[in-house]
Amino acid sequence: MLKVEHLTKVYEGGTVALEDVSFEVPDGEFLAVIGLSGSGKSTLLRCINRLIEPTEGRITWNGMDVTAASQDEMRRIRRRIGMVFQHFNLVHRSKVLTNVLQGSLGYVNPAMSILNRFPKEQIDRALAQLERVGLSEQANKRADELSGGQQQRVGVARAMMQSPEMVLADEPVASLDPVLAHSIMQYLELINREDGVTVLCSLHFLDLVHRYADNTIALKDGRLVFEGPPSEINDEKFKEIYGEEAERVG
Amino acid sequence: MAELNTKKPRKARRHAIVVALAIIAGVVVYAYGFNVTSVDLSEIQSESRLAQLTRVIRSLAQPELITYARTDTNTDAPIYMPCPPGGFTAPEIDPYSRHITVEPSCVEPGDPITVHGYHFSPNARVTLYMVPPSGDLNLALGQEFLADEKGEFTQTVDTRERPSDQQQTIRAVTREPIGSILHPVQVETTDSQGNAKIVTSPRISDAAKLTWDKIIETVFLALLATTLGVFIAVPVSFFASRNLMKDIKIPLIKLALQLIAVPVGFVIGILASREAQRLSLHLTTNLALLLIGIIVLPVLMVLAFRWSLPAIEDEPPSPGLRLARAGVLIVAAIAGIVVLFLVANLLGRFGNWLAPKLGSFGFLGGFSATLGDLLSAVISLLTALMAAAVLVNLAGRIAIWLKGHVSDSISRPLSLPLAAVSGAMVMAILGQGVSWLYRIDDPFKIFWAPAAVGALLGLALAARVYKKETVSVGLTVYYGARTLFNGIRSIEPLVMVIVFVVWVGLGPFAGALALSLHTIAALAKLYSEQVESILPGPLEAVQATGATRVQTIVYAVIPQIVPPYISFTLYRWDINVRMSTIIGFAGGGGIGAILQQNIRLLAYRSASVNMLAIAIVVASMDYLSSRVRERIV
Repeated sequence: MLKVEHLTKVYEGGTVALEDVSFEVPDGEFLAVIGLSGSGKSTLLRCINRLIEPTEGRITWNGMDVTAASQDEMRRIRRRIGMVFQHFNLVHRSKVLTNVLQGSLGYVNPAMSILNRFPKEQIDRALAQLERVGLSEQANKRADELSGGQQQRVGVARAMMQSPEMVLADEPVASLDPVLAHSIMQYLELINREDGVTVLCSLHFLDLVHRYADNTIALKDGRLVFEGPPSEINDEKFKEIYGEEAERVG
Repeated sequence: MAELNTKKPRKARRHAIVVALAIIAGVVVYAYGFNVTSVDLSEIQSESRLAQLTRVIRSLAQPELITYARTDTNTDAPIYMPCPPGGFTAPEIDPYSRHITVEPSCVEPGDPITVHGYHFSPNARVTLYMVPPSGDLNLALGQEFLADEKGEFTQTVDTRERPSDQQQTIRAVTREPIGSILHPVQVETTDSQGNAKIVTSPRISDAAKLTWDKIIETVFLALLATTLGVFIAVPVSFFASRNLMKDIKIPLIKLALQLIAVPVGFVIGILASREAQRLSLHLTTNLALLLIGIIVLPVLMVLAFRWSLPAIEDEPPSPGLRLARAGVLIVAAIAGIVVLFLVANLLGRFGNWLAPKLGSFGFLGGFSATLGDLLSAVISLLTALMAAAVLVNLAGRIAIWLKGHVSDSISRPLSLPLAAVSGAMVMAILGQGVSWLYRIDDPFKIFWAPAAVGALLGLALAARVYKKETVSVGLTVYYGARTLFNGIRSIEPLVMVIVFVVWVGLGPFAGALALSLHTIAALAKLYSEQVESILPGPLEAVQATGATRVQTIVYAVIPQIVPPYISFTLYRWDINVRMSTIIGFAGGGGIGAILQQNIRLLAYRSASVNMLAIAIVVASMDYLSSRVRERIV
């Protein structure tokens, strides 16, 4: 169970990205986070694994206080939270396999990993993850030789390498065409249904939300304006989330 | 509208005035510039200047790459000084042989004579001499000159004031090279000690040989300086990268404890290294024992490190286990220092054993021995730094534990005295440095006063961040590193070498050190700018997996910076080769030293060889490094 209470983030310079956001995510749920660009979706997801330090509020996950965790504790928490990014965030010049192995950095011996030595079982697991996303052929290629869709599948494999209990996906399909978008969403769905991993996924397209999400929260100017199943988003709610002038597409 | 019309001309007029003032200011500036740089056109047009210039440029155009042995051929004509009673007429000579005539055939000592030469080799180099009756002395009359294309010359010279009533001789000596590049010949000559020896003519000149030696020295000087610079600049560059440093903020109480830990750790490290050196002495008495030590100790160390630095566990380990791990780590670290001393000793022994066996490759043995010396010299420093790092880490953990277990109402006031103590300590250490520099021996000035000021500064800082309790250490280090690099970079290696010459003596070593120091500062700045321009995405992604800071740098930063780092390193080597060609001017060895010497001795043909070598090396480095950079990036 992930519990976010009164979360507020004010950036240096006074920009309020999140204001008093509270919600709960039960284990195993697929939660879609929707809202306009700049509404605070990315900030919210990054506050959960504290890539961004929240200004106020409390985040608890499985009884652990994430906001109060020390550096060491934070690493133990982070390694069980996978993250998938809009721009994939692979290290271009490293091999695909190395990119996937990055997912095990929180588990392996730090001294050995600095020398680029990973235990055999981790390498086997990484290859298995690549197999799962259909990229075992590409393991020894450089990451930037892959197409966008393939890169995002490596991103998913890296997140899965962490054996996560939760995956934060920050607009994972915004840089991909609709066909690839569905294939990536299906991997996230598979992880959610088969492995019981909680998924928090920010999305742009409402049809993807309807298709994949169990539950939805909507942000507008950093405030939570809607919480409920996707089916409850009617025209009136839509205008509330996206503004009066907005029109539905897709 | 009317307003606009009046405004426009006024603006134009103002513009014209500004331009006129700018032109006047420009003229004044350049006039002053001409004055202070002593631009003088009448001087450079004077005949003697032009003659000198021609001579130097002609010498520079003929680099002395090969030397010829030369034969001297004498052509004599009789003369009387002063005229004997009844005068003197030179005997007839075969007009078709090589000969000289002297007009007049007798003169008062010191009077001018005109010498005509016939049937010499075309363009032969001729020097005129006067040979007194004793016949064992050649007195030069004027400079060497060239005969014309027909092998004739006419030269008017003053005779020497050597009156004699006997017949004297005017001698034309032609020096002609023996052999040619296509047909070298063996010639017997005498060297400076008068010993006969056989040499080849023409042969590669001594200047060329020396230049070859020195240009090799120069290239390797640049290589060493670059390597040393890179080794230090790479890790240091991370501290001067804003994007890596800006988020490092630590609680004041942690900072204070860590600052106190630094010198304590340093002292402990030096003591520990002394102890380790003493321990290593037991093992170095016997070679077998030494080898066993070098093999067994590292294996034990790896095992110890594996056991005490496990992968991150789900449950924090018990205090007992932690203590045991810390103990094992300390023992392993001391074993590590002992191993370093052993390796240093082995390198020295190996080098001394190897050097005589390798003959002309004996320098490999010398290299090994020097590495051994170098290693044992830096072990103490390394140990001190490591111990300081360990203690800083420990202090950090204590501080975190304090913050976790003690309420704010206790930890906040507690940070005040700690900040004061750490501030006092930093300033007191600085005071020692100042005292060494300016030789102040007053304990009040170098200890109590700085300590008090430091304590006040610490208190002020603590009071300022009392609520927030965190200090942006990262940014402080960032600005400090930047300032330091800019400071060092602004001093040219040619100036730095002066200090190093005092320390390590004249020669290439001083040059290498000066270039290294400059390289560190310059590369650290270039590198850090590369770190600042990496993509932040992968950094974030690796952090999100639970990686430590070091892991993040290894996996997200380093792969992104390898190509620009290599490119800048090559570029810097290129610069260092260029710098090392002139660092010898200030005593830094390499080809610059002999170039300067040749210029001072007016040996322009030798200097020309040096310059040719510099041009070839610099141009080929330029070409090579740009090719390699193209390949890599």
